[in-house]
Amino acid sequence: MLGRLKIGLAVLAMVATPALAQRTDISVGMVLEPPNLDPTSGAAAAIREVTYSNIYEGLTRFGPDGSVNPGLAESWDISEDGTVYTFHLRDGVEFHDGTAFTADDVVFTLDRARDEDSTNAQKQLFAAIDSVRAVDEHTVEVTLSQPQGAFLFNMAWGDAVIMSPESVEDNATNPVGTGAFRFVRWVQGDRVELERNPDYWGEAPALERATFRFISDPSAAFAAMMAGDVDAFPNFPAPETLEQFEADPRFEVIVGSTEGETILSMNHENEALSDIRVRQAISHAINRQDIIDGAMFGYGTPIGTHFAPHNPDYLDLTDNSAYDPEAARELLAEAGHEDLTLRLMLPPPTYARRGGEIIAAQLRDVGIETEITNMEWAQWLEQVFSGADFDLTIVSHTEPMDIGIYARPDYYFQYDSAEMQEIMEELDMTSDPEARTELLHEAQRHIADDSVVAFLFQLAKTGVANADIEGLWENAPVPANDLTGVRWTE
Amino acid sequence: MLRFALQRLTSLTISLIVASMVIFFVIEVIPGDPAAYMLGMNAQPETVAALRRDLGLDQGLFVRYLAWVGGMVTGDFGTSYTYRVPVSELIMARLGVSLPLTVYALVLSTLIAFPVGLIAAARRGSALDAGIMGGTQLGIALPNFWFAMLLVLFFSITLQWFSAGGFPGWDAGFWINIQALTLPAVALALPQASILARVMRSAVIETLGQDYIRTARAKGLTSRQTVVRHALRNALIPVLTIIGLQFSFLLAGGIIIENVFFLPGLGRLIFQAITQRDLIVVESVVMILVFAVILVTFLVDLTYAAADPRLRRRA
Amino acid sequence: MKRLPMTLVAGALLTAVFAVAALVSLAWTPHAVEGMNIATRLQPPGADHWFGTDHFGRDILSMIMVGARTSIAVAVIAVGMGMVLGVPLGLLAAANRGGLIDEVIMRGNDLVFAFPALVIAILITAVFGPSAVNAIIAIGIFNTPVFARVTRGGALSLWTLDYIRAARVAGKGAGRISIEHILPNIANLLIVQGTIQFSLGILAEAALSYVGLGAQPPTPSWGRMLAEAQTMIAMAPHLAIIPGLAIVLTVLGLNLMGDGLRDILDPKLRRAR
Repeated sequence: MLGRLKIGLAVLAMVATPALAQRTDISVGMVLEPPNLDPTSGAAAAIREVTYSNIYEGLTRFGPDGSVNPGLAESWDISEDGTVYTFHLRDGVEFHDGTAFTADDVVFTLDRARDEDSTNAQKQLFAAIDSVRAVDEHTVEVTLSQPQGAFLFNMAWGDAVIMSPESVEDNATNPVGTGAFRFVRWVQGDRVELERNPDYWGEAPALERATFRFISDPSAAFAAMMAGDVDAFPNFPAPETLEQFEADPRFEVIVGSTEGETILSMNHENEALSDIRVRQAISHAINRQDIIDGAMFGYGTPIGTHFAPHNPDYLDLTDNSAYDPEAARELLAEAGHEDLTLRLMLPPPTYARRGGEIIAAQLRDVGIETEITNMEWAQWLEQVFSGADFDLTIVSHTEPMDIGIYARPDYYFQYDSAEMQEIMEELDMTSDPEARTELLHEAQRHIADDSVVAFLFQLAKTGVANADIEGLWENAPVPANDLTGVRWTE
Repeated sequence: MLRFALQRLTSLTISLIVASMVIFFVIEVIPGDPAAYMLGMNAQPETVAALRRDLGLDQGLFVRYLAWVGGMVTGDFGTSYTYRVPVSELIMARLGVSLPLTVYALVLSTLIAFPVGLIAAARRGSALDAGIMGGTQLGIALPNFWFAMLLVLFFSITLQWFSAGGFPGWDAGFWINIQALTLPAVALALPQASILARVMRSAVIETLGQDYIRTARAKGLTSRQTVVRHALRNALIPVLTIIGLQFSFLLAGGIIIENVFFLPGLGRLIFQAITQRDLIVVESVVMILVFAVILVTFLVDLTYAAADPRLRRRA
Repeated sequence: MKRLPMTLVAGALLTAVFAVAALVSLAWTPHAVEGMNIATRLQPPGADHWFGTDHFGRDILSMIMVGARTSIAVAVIAVGMGMVLGVPLGLLAAANRGGLIDEVIMRGNDLVFAFPALVIAILITAVFGPSAVNAIIAIGIFNTPVFARVTRGGALSLWTLDYIRAARVAGKGAGRISIEHILPNIANLLIVQGTIQFSLGILAEAALSYVGLGAQPPTPSWGRMLAEAQTMIAMAPHLAIIPGLAIVLTVLGLNLMGDGLRDILDPKLRRAR
């Protein structure tokens, strides 16, 4: 009834004042509430989903397709040897509190992130930086200790947004950036409200007000969308309901890609799992399509290695580990592990909880018993991720271009392969695009051949929005809800 | 009477101290580190250590316990690890939802239970009584979260009479919030009303059986008059006790309902804080809830003792 | 013996339905409860699957049967735990009436009551991980003061009786009196309370597993079935309605049975009913 009333009022407003015909406010649903609003000291994706490009901006910024574009830096020069980046900053940019944006803010931000006391969750992004210097008010020179192909890419991350020393202390609760929207208020547990920044340096956004609402319960999210309490839900938590939204002309379902490779991780310290035959058996026991259909209701792309399928360098290696329970049983018999029991630890997301139940059933089918433990994130991080106390777990690795984790022997799945480490070392020092592609292919093949983990599927970004909204990001190259290009069409 | 009150006050203080210790030390052994949770999968160990220093988590357990208790005595509940705002501020904001919801549910439950219980008592043994008693049995057996799901399915998704949840905030107006709290309050109230109606019925029947009521009847008062004039008044004491108990139960017990209707109340704050390992928030909220119940019990005891001197000796 | 009260008969029948379903499920279920078939998921009730299938294509009827087992087992053990801990405490308090031990036990009781039960259950599982065992412990802890209080109340009135005083004078110890004379006389009281706590235990187990803290998958439990059904309620309402009905009917059966038992076993209360 409320929804109807709202529409009724909107109709009235339209008749009365044609200029107000278009709605200029939006209510965006999110599953998780950000713990705070400072992306430079917290890893939660929710922080970026509220603040990225809306409140804070970096030197460079991601476009909806994942491309790296100029942000607060209008342009840049790179020295011949690739170690010195000279950024030319935009003129006339102000923070929301009125202080001017200058080269000093950039120096401050980058130095703060690299500092010993830094609480930046992605400190490695800044690891290559040797020194940062303000040349003049609008020029910054960053010197790297060695060339880094991904430096501009790194500077576009939410963790590298520019903050001013005047407001940095309070950014957790009262964020001050340079973006197109400024912070209005945060009703903890319920919503964050933003409004258009009238002094924005770039093109003014179409929206005047934006509200992020936090609805963690999937069924509540469904009900909120249906009742019109929320206009858009870019990461909708209940894929099973998308069919209903698709059938409803009021809504549009937006399906895109994410950087999330979803894998069944195996602990290589486990005696049985250190045997490649057992790992291969597990990979063959798994029917990816059943998991995608059963857990994600069809949304997701099968993968056979740790690489995003929408990346041009991706290799489709799914046939390496095709569903073949017979082969799985034979491999297990060969390895002498005919009655194996493994612990399967599952973090909260749907893909893990539902996918885990399906995988448990599939493994049982080839003779592997599993003991499922559902865990909260905090516990999962401590026990599985930091403590490596697990046999199997399901998790989506959402950082872009993260195949390098297979070259880290201390990483939670404890995979120690000298070959893989060599490949990644070489990649780090290679800047020739063709040679890089070759190395990336080699890396993908290596981990697939070694069945390091069981590669399941690429997580899809499934969003629902009012059909009259345009300009929402389809894909998620990074966690973000960039509202600068969003408008109502009616 | 004063001695009785002092005695009770001492045991109340001891209870609170024991409770604070149990709460603090149980919660602190929960596996999972707030700093690690906040910084996520890519954080480096030194970064986590730096954040732990920031949050004061590098201090000893006992030092932190004393700081926490010391702060609470002066009304300072500490600062939330994740939200970075004073815990008391968070709690006050959440009480703005939980308290009205609880009162609303309690009012609904009482409004339903009183007449229903009275009618059942007055018509004791009739088909109506049996029907009411059967209905209340059903109400007690109803899990409130399931009932809430059905309410959402019917009133929000199908009929679209009520929004499916959320809380606009008191600055958005009074009625819009009352509307938002209606389905959750109904879901909470119905099982409570069933319990209350049964208590009401037996309390009234009990008093009806007593001599002075019989006398009143003998004097020629009608059945309705006796029930309303005498039995009701005397049945109020057990009924009020139950209402008092239900108040504290509802305040803490709304957790699941708050989740179903995504209301930013106290229950959801605890839930969220546990997931995020915002332990100081969990500790403080639980402590406040325990304190509230202990205080209510204390007041009830005092009232009873004031009303009935025999009880004082027993203590 | 007089005619059995209607409530007892109806309650016992209702309870028996689920108890039998739980027992039968040990040996046989219509379909394998862990058998997934994504192709036949979310089917409405029909000839092959009487109660339909869930989002993995599992048979709901089979899951309800095994779920009954989970619920009943958790509730029974939790009530048992509450009795084993609570009854001795209550007897002790009554034997010590007015003394320090009595005071400590009763204040301890109040303290446990003061804790918000669901929050404590969540905390327990946060420490030890979610499992049926931890659900039992959480429910059992809150059953303990209930039994302690009921036991103490019943025992206190018995201690004033002449023959108990006589036994005391004859030199019997308080412990022996508690066990030989008090306990048998409050057994009825405990049975009635046990039935009530049993039904509350079923509800508590449902609530805990609804928030993900009870028995872990693949073991079916009614509460988790409800939680999983919640997002599909509009397209497959049977998923949410059937487990909910199972909970309501079981609890209803137990409550009716409790009422009936009270009528038979506790003549004092019959007057008020």
